[in-house]
Amino acid sequence: MTATQAWTTDQPIVRIADVYQAFGAVEVLMGVSLNVMKGEVICIIGPSGSGKSTLLRCINALVPINKGSIQVEGQEVHDPKLDKLELRKKVGMVFQQYNLFPHKTAVQNVMMAPITVLKQDKTEVEARAYALLKKVRLEGKEHSYPGELSGGQQQRVAIARSLAMNPDVMLFDEVTAALDPETVKEVLVTIRELAEEGMTCLLVTHEMGFAREVADHMYFTDRGVIVEHGSPKEFFANPKDPRTKEFLGQIL
Amino acid sequence: MSGTDLPVLLPAAQQLAERTRREREVGGPIPRLQARHGVWLAVILVFSAGAAGAQAGAEQESVLSIMLKWTPLLLKGFVFNLAISFLAMAGGTIVGALLGIWQISLLPPVRAGSWLVTQFFRNAPWLVLLFFCMFLLPFQVQIFGYVIPLPDWIKATFGLALPVMANVSEIVRGAIQSIPSGQWESSESLAFNRRQTLWQIIMPQCIKRMLPPWMNLYAILTMATVLASVVGVSEVMTLTGQVLSAEGGRTDLLVPFYSYILLWFFIYCYPIARWTVRLERHFAVKT
Repeated sequence: MTATQAWTTDQPIVRIADVYQAFGAVEVLMGVSLNVMKGEVICIIGPSGSGKSTLLRCINALVPINKGSIQVEGQEVHDPKLDKLELRKKVGMVFQQYNLFPHKTAVQNVMMAPITVLKQDKTEVEARAYALLKKVRLEGKEHSYPGELSGGQQQRVAIARSLAMNPDVMLFDEVTAALDPETVKEVLVTIRELAEEGMTCLLVTHEMGFAREVADHMYFTDRGVIVEHGSPKEFFANPKDPRTKEFLGQIL
Repeated sequence: MSGTDLPVLLPAAQQLAERTRREREVGGPIPRLQARHGVWLAVILVFSAGAAGAQAGAEQESVLSIMLKWTPLLLKGFVFNLAISFLAMAGGTIVGALLGIWQISLLPPVRAGSWLVTQFFRNAPWLVLLFFCMFLLPFQVQIFGYVIPLPDWIKATFGLALPVMANVSEIVRGAIQSIPSGQWESSESLAFNRRQTLWQIIMPQCIKRMLPPWMNLYAILTMATVLASVVGVSEVMTLTGQVLSAEGGRTDLLVPFYSYILLWFFIYCYPIARWTVRLERHFAVKT
């Protein structure tokens, strides 16, 4: 398989084929396959340790895989000749712990990557950064440091920061898990707006209500394999596998 | 009395625990300077000078006037010590910072080599390193046709810069490794390369963490500059010895003069130690 195939939008934007991943002796992913079309919203749910976060980290090459293939826009992610930095310009990621740069203000956090990595013009980037922060409803907080913002506000800055790079795919790794219930809503609204604008999103989440409303497709993982998947309506109404039923029974 | 099976008194145990906790945060032994130490030094100085004065006859100079007479010379020597400490600290910090960054290099030989150098100079006695440098460094070097003489004090400064370099290397490495891995992950996912991540994201966050142990190291280095007297450099200890023999080797002058010098070191190092404790407390609240 060549590293760069001519990719067209009728092919999956993210194609995960039979991926195996292990940290030393601990097997984390054991034969995971997944396809995401452009503009789709995919929610991955499952118990802790089932490999969901690792799967996301394999997509933007933060974590190497042992076997199988992951392609983003036709490019084989784990091809040793691939420039990882080029890939990461197309795939944005938002983390559970926000991971904002504490020594920079909100607007500086958003501006840093386009200026340093994409070498774009500072005034343009600044204008776009202000627009993005306005979009995530953080007008007035541009010059605050992360330490002065609440968890929900920090997470929205993190989303704006990833969007500043104009990615084609956004990965969300349990982004609301560290927030209290009132602030969860403000972040979910932001993600929902993003999805409605047509951004391809892969979310690892525990927010079942959100998943049911926004997802195009649901995946349930357990112990490194995808146990079941389907459209949200079918998935929540008629789970087929007993493990899925047990998990949903505990959560819902 | 309800028994306690502590082998030491509880207040002493609590003090020990508190001191250990602070030293762990600062990253090394804190000079245990207290204001009362300075007061005691001054008391010793005054009493010993008084005793010496009482022993002296009417025809001999008073101890106070002897000390004042020699103060300008000894001050010059003390300033020389401080100069050695500045130079050794500057040189050691620059090379040590590089060494610390190389310790986390992706290339195994660079990592191993810098680790080895750090461990060697960190665990070698400072005086041994000083002797090493005095006898192994040439008395002059030729660079591009220019002959540069290397006087003793430069060799001593170099010898003191070596353990500083090793300690700074550990301070830097420790600070970098204490930054949460989430910072590396998020900057990688924003397509920063390793150099950009290190210099724009990680290092700025490290500066604050490195300041207290670095200042601590400087206080220790300043007190260690008197080791240079052992290898013959003409700094304050050597000068004090010469002054004492110039005054006829009077044994009653020993304590006054040496406690005088001690007092100068105290006056210089005490504010640094207190400022270090304040900095450490200031940064501890933030994290």
